[in-house]
Amino acid sequence: MTIAITEQDRVRLAPGVVLRHDRTRDQWTLLGPERVLVLDEVALDVVRTCTAEDATVGTGIDCLAAQFSAPRNEIAGDVLELLRTMRERGFIAS
Amino acid sequence: MTMSEPPYAILAELTHRCPLACPYCSNPLALEPRDRELDTATWKRILDEAAEAGALQVHFSGGEPCARPDLEELVEHAARVGLYANLITSAVTLDRARLDRLKAAGLPHVQISFQDTRPGENDRIAGFPRAFERKRRAAHDVVDAGVALTVNAVVHRHNIDHVDEFFDLALDVRAGRIEIANVQYYGWALANRAALMPTRDQLVRMDATIRARLSELKGRLVVDYVVPDYYARRPKACMGGWGRRFMNITPSGKVLPCHAAETIPGLTFETVHDRPLGAIWRDSPAFERFRGTDWMPLPCRDCDRREVDWGGCRCQALAISGDAAATDPVCELAADHALVAEIAERDSTAGDHPFTYRQRAPHNATSTSRGMLETADGVTNV
Repeated sequence: MTIAITEQDRVRLAPGVVLRHDRTRDQWTLLGPERVLVLDEVALDVVRTCTAEDATVGTGIDCLAAQFSAPRNEIAGDVLELLRTMRERGFIAS
Repeated sequence: MTMSEPPYAILAELTHRCPLACPYCSNPLALEPRDRELDTATWKRILDEAAEAGALQVHFSGGEPCARPDLEELVEHAARVGLYANLITSAVTLDRARLDRLKAAGLPHVQISFQDTRPGENDRIAGFPRAFERKRRAAHDVVDAGVALTVNAVVHRHNIDHVDEFFDLALDVRAGRIEIANVQYYGWALANRAALMPTRDQLVRMDATIRARLSELKGRLVVDYVVPDYYARRPKACMGGWGRRFMNITPSGKVLPCHAAETIPGLTFETVHDRPLGAIWRDSPAFERFRGTDWMPLPCRDCDRREVDWGGCRCQALAISGDAAATDPVCELAADHALVAEIAERDSTAGDHPFTYRQRAPHNATSTSRGMLETADGVTNV
């Protein structure tokens, strides 16, 4: 009964999760309770855009579609799937 | 020599002192005394060196890290140097005022152990009266203070049938994560194996229960599940591989690849007084000894899982096969695999085997050599 994330949702980093640049390995990470998630450039953009203070998932997708000059529905599918996975793993909350 | 990647985390065992006496404790039988514990300045230097070496996280552990009055100062220092801090605690002495101070110091996460879901049983296993109520209250306080909470359920023969209730407990205290951690048989836990080992039937039931709950818990509670070794067919990647992810600092400053590594004969360990952590990590003989795949015997060396499980656990190979460089006998390809099943079968059916409760850490070194262990219900020889 996993509840899907919708474009109306507002997501944020889950309690105890921080976004941090790892100087040693020169990569972006989400650090959470006894866990590390390495973000590639796209995932970093998704996290930054969709967890912004005044953003909904939908407005985040708008920004990302504009930024990547890509069809909005393609971007939307990928973003919703990525956010769902990250919520299941405890890195974001809605 | 195998090239080492930087460490991801350090386990900072601030003290071996603990108010609880859990028989499943994986601390060594020879607990380090209070008067040998590192001081605040040295721990701060260690945190500096850990961040410098590339570590991203520090696990403040023990013993009971809250026994150290400088915990707030160390958490603050960890935050300052960019280390994500986890507090691994029994929580029986953790009150709201201290939590608020720790939160203000930059603590993002607390892990609280529960010995059972039923207060009486919890307190019996912990060897500490009213521990459960204290833990429950502390768990609520953690979440109310805005700090992430993990419930750590240490599972063995006496509580494995309550695994469903552990999930309910975690939801009730609003934890974001639960660890179902089957006891790892090192230190005090190894001495208590006959009192703790679950039966195969219990394990099968637990597994079915967990699988039945997982889909409902998705998105609500992160479940980390440590499969019990002795009933597995392939070994765990202990510590994520020797010298690959973690370094463990003991209360007196010994730098270990895992917290049970001192049981392995022939290894000598550098201390935080010898060289910086990064140098010890990179090329100290103890870290090099079982790092990577070059040290592996057959069948590990030719196994396509050699970089998945990294040969399993060295301390377990020693404990069961008598040779730390042997294939982890948990592996079904190991020569001694049948021995593991024998031990599990024998110990799990040992019935009302009494606990040997974990000893209190002594104040100074001279009081350790008693040869007797005080237990909650008397004295037991070991």
